[in-house]
Amino acid sequence: MREALTLAGNRAVLTRANPLAKFAAVFLITLVLALSIDWMSASVALACELLVFPLAGLTAALLWQRGWPLILAAAVGGWSTSILSPDSGRLLLDVGIWSMSEGSLQLGLGFLLRGLAIALPAVLLMSCTDPTDLADALAQKARLPHRFVLGTLAAMRLVGLMAEEWQTIGMARRARGVGSRGNPWQRMRATLGQSFGLLVQAIRRATRLAVTMEARGFGGASRTWARVSTYSVLDVWVVLGGVLIAAGAVVAALWAGTWNMVWLEGS
Amino acid sequence: MPGHDDAGVRPAAVTARGWGWRHAGRAKPAVHALDLDIRPGERVMLLGPSGAGKSTLLHALAGVLGDSDADDAGTPDREDADESGELFIDGAPPRSRRGRAGLMQQDPETQVVLSRLGDDVAFGAENLSVPREEIWRRVHEALDDVGLSHLPLNHPTSALSGGQKQRLALAGILAMRPGLILLDEPTANLDPDGVLEVRDAVGRCLDKTGATLVVVEHRVAAWKDLVDRIVVLQPGSASDGAVLIDGTPDEVLEQARGMLTAAGVWVPGYVPETRRRSATGALPSSGHSTGQLLLAAENLAVSRERPRRRGFRSVPPEPVLRDVTAQVRAGEALTVTGPNGAGKSTFALTLAGLLPPVGGKVSATVELSGGAGIDPYKWRAEQLIARIGTVFQEPEHQFVTGRVLDELQFGPRHLGHGEERVDELLERLRLTHLVDANPYTLSGGEKRRLSVATVLAAHPQVLVLDEPTFGQDANTWAELASFLSELLDAGTAVVSVTHDEEFTQVLGGTELRLGSGGRLQPSPAEPRPAEPTSEQAAT
Repeated sequence: MREALTLAGNRAVLTRANPLAKFAAVFLITLVLALSIDWMSASVALACELLVFPLAGLTAALLWQRGWPLILAAAVGGWSTSILSPDSGRLLLDVGIWSMSEGSLQLGLGFLLRGLAIALPAVLLMSCTDPTDLADALAQKARLPHRFVLGTLAAMRLVGLMAEEWQTIGMARRARGVGSRGNPWQRMRATLGQSFGLLVQAIRRATRLAVTMEARGFGGASRTWARVSTYSVLDVWVVLGGVLIAAGAVVAALWAGTWNMVWLEGS
Repeated sequence: MPGHDDAGVRPAAVTARGWGWRHAGRAKPAVHALDLDIRPGERVMLLGPSGAGKSTLLHALAGVLGDSDADDAGTPDREDADESGELFIDGAPPRSRRGRAGLMQQDPETQVVLSRLGDDVAFGAENLSVPREEIWRRVHEALDDVGLSHLPLNHPTSALSGGQKQRLALAGILAMRPGLILLDEPTANLDPDGVLEVRDAVGRCLDKTGATLVVVEHRVAAWKDLVDRIVVLQPGSASDGAVLIDGTPDEVLEQARGMLTAAGVWVPGYVPETRRRSATGALPSSGHSTGQLLLAAENLAVSRERPRRRGFRSVPPEPVLRDVTAQVRAGEALTVTGPNGAGKSTFALTLAGLLPPVGGKVSATVELSGGAGIDPYKWRAEQLIARIGTVFQEPEHQFVTGRVLDELQFGPRHLGHGEERVDELLERLRLTHLVDANPYTLSGGEKRRLSVATVLAAHPQVLVLDEPTFGQDANTWAELASFLSELLDAGTAVVSVTHDEEFTQVLGGTELRLGSGGRLQPSPAEPRPAEPTSEQAAT
C-alpha cells in the first residue's frame, strides 16, 4: 500500500512533465468525453490514450494490475446499459425482461468505451505523477495556499501508514476475542469497532505529526521552496497532445455523424 | 565550543522564572514554579517521574504548546490552558523565536514529514525562508552529519528503519541551524542498535555545532556521558519549586539514586529486583505438567503481506522469514530475539494464530486445542483467546471498551466463564484503583499492565508478548518480569519477542535467535527433542 503511492523506478518521459500540464491535458479529454455518449469519440480518445501509455511508463500488465477495478466497472456499466436501455433497431438477444438490440448495444458499447477513456487517464496520471511534485506545482504554479497543500501532502503519507495500522488493529482485536468472521451483523459490528480504534490512532498520529511540522517552523506566512516547479517545452507538448486527442475525438464523431450531446438527448 | 562558527550556529540560552503550565481541562499544573538557567552550549538531561512535566517543558521550548496570549483564535487550548511566569530562549518567548529550537519526539513514524529523504531534510529550512542554494547545501551537510549521506536524495523515507528515521529527523532539525536541540525520548521506540546509532549521531552534531541540548530519556546509561548536567523535576502538583535536584550527572545519580530508582528511572548499573523462578517440578494446581508440548512451528515461513491480487490471479507474498522450527511447551519460556526487520513479530503473530503461514505450518497439540482443530489461524476468536493470548506492543491497539473493568471482563463475558479471575488480576497488577478509568487515559506503565491483564483474563495456556518491556520504566519492567515468572511456574507457556537481554535472563528457557535476511541461526539450548503427538501427525 505504501509502495503503491510512490513511483518506484519510473523513468518515463511523462514523469518529467509538470503535473499541472498533465492535469490540463487530461481535463480537456475528459471534458469532451463527458459531453457526448457515442462510440466514435470515445474509441478515438481511447486509442490515442493507449498510444500515450508507454510514455508514462505503463505496460499492459501494469495497467491491468492498477486499473482492473475501473476496467471491470466500465465493462459492467456497458453491459447493463446495453441490456437495460430502450430497444431500437434489430433485436439481438431477448431473455425474459432482458433484451439487447442494435441500438442499445451501440449505446452500451459507447458507454463502455467512454468509461474506459475517462477512467484510464486517471490511472495514467497517478502512475507518472509524484504527490510531492504535484503539491509543489499546486502551491507554486497554481498559487494554492501552501499551508493547505503541504498539510494535505503530509497527511497523505499517513494514509499508507493507516493501512498497516488497520491490519494490526484487526489482529489485536482478534486477540481480544473480537471476531471479524461470522454473520454480516457481527462483521459489521467488528468493523465499526476496528474503525474507532483506527480513528483514535489516526488522531494521535496526526497530532504528533502536526507538532513535528510546527516545530520545523511550518505555518509561517512565507516560505522558500527547495524544489522549483517549472514549465518546460515538454509541457507544451503535453497540453498540445491533450488538445489534439480531444479535438480528434470530436472531429471523428462529427464526421461519422455519431456526435450526440448528452443534454440534447431525447430518450 | 568547537567549530560552531563554520556551521553558523549560535547556541541558545534558556531561562525560566517561576514558569508554570496547566493543560486545558486539567485541575493540576503539569509544571509549577520552574526556575532554571541553561547556559549556551550546555547539555542537559531532564529526569523525573512520569507526570513531572518534562515533555511539557520541551514542547514549550519548541514553541508548540498552545499559546495563552496568542492572537490566533484557532488554538483550542486558548480558553483553558494556563501559563504563569516566564520562559525565554535568548531572552524572548519561544513562540517568537521560530527556528531557534528543533524538537525530536519519540514516535519515528511521525518525525518524518515528506516521502523523499532530501525533501524531508529541506522542509524546516524552507519554512524558515532559507534561500534555495543554501537549503541544498545544508541538506547535504546535515545528511552527512547524521550518517545518511550514502542514500540518494530521492530515497523513500518509508523504507528507513526506526533508527534511520530518527537520524533523518535530526538532519531535518540541523538544517534549520537551531541553537537549541530538544529531544523528547528520542530512542524509547528503538532497539539497542538504534539507540546507539541515534545517540552517536546526536553527539557528533553537538560537537560540531556547539548547540545547546535538552534531552528527556528514561535510559540514563546511554545518554549519561553525552550530557554535562542532569536536572530532576518533580510533578507540578508539588507545592515547592519544580526543580528537585540539579548538578553534574555523577553527583545527581549518586545523590538521588534511591529516589530515581523508586520513580522507575533506569539508573546506570541498576537492574530491578525480580522474582526468581521456582525449581521446575510438578504443577498440581494447573492440571498440566511442565514440558508438555502445546504448540509447534514447522518450517514456518511468515509475512504480514496478504496474497496480492494481480488482476484475477492471487500471488503469495515473499516471506520475511522462512524455515523456522520451534516448540512451545507448558511452563517454559521461549524468547524470540534478533535484529530489527528479522521478522520476529511476524513470526510470533503467525505462531499465535493471527496471521496465516506463508509456508510450513503451525500446529496445536490436542492438549492445547481441546478439539478446536490443529491450525490456530482457523480457530474462531473466542476459541483462540481461551487458548493463546497475545499482548501487542502498543496496548491501545487492543482496547475494545471505554472502562478498565469492562476491558477486563470483556474476554470472560464472551467466553461465558472466568469472571472470578478478574478481581485477582486487578489486585495483582495494581489496577484496582483504576477500575472506572478510561483505558486510553492511563499512563504508559498502567496501559501495559492492563493489556497483559485483559489477555490473561481469558485463561490462555500460551501467552505471546510482542516487546512487552519496550519503553517501560524500571518499576513496570520488574513487575512484569516477576508476574511472568509466576505464570511460568503455574504452567503457562510464555513466548516473548524482545530485545531486552535482562528480561530474557529473568524468564530463562529457550532462546530462538532469528538472523537478518530470514535465516535461522542455531538456538543455544534446545532442551528436548521435538515429538509431535499422534493427533498432530494425523494431518
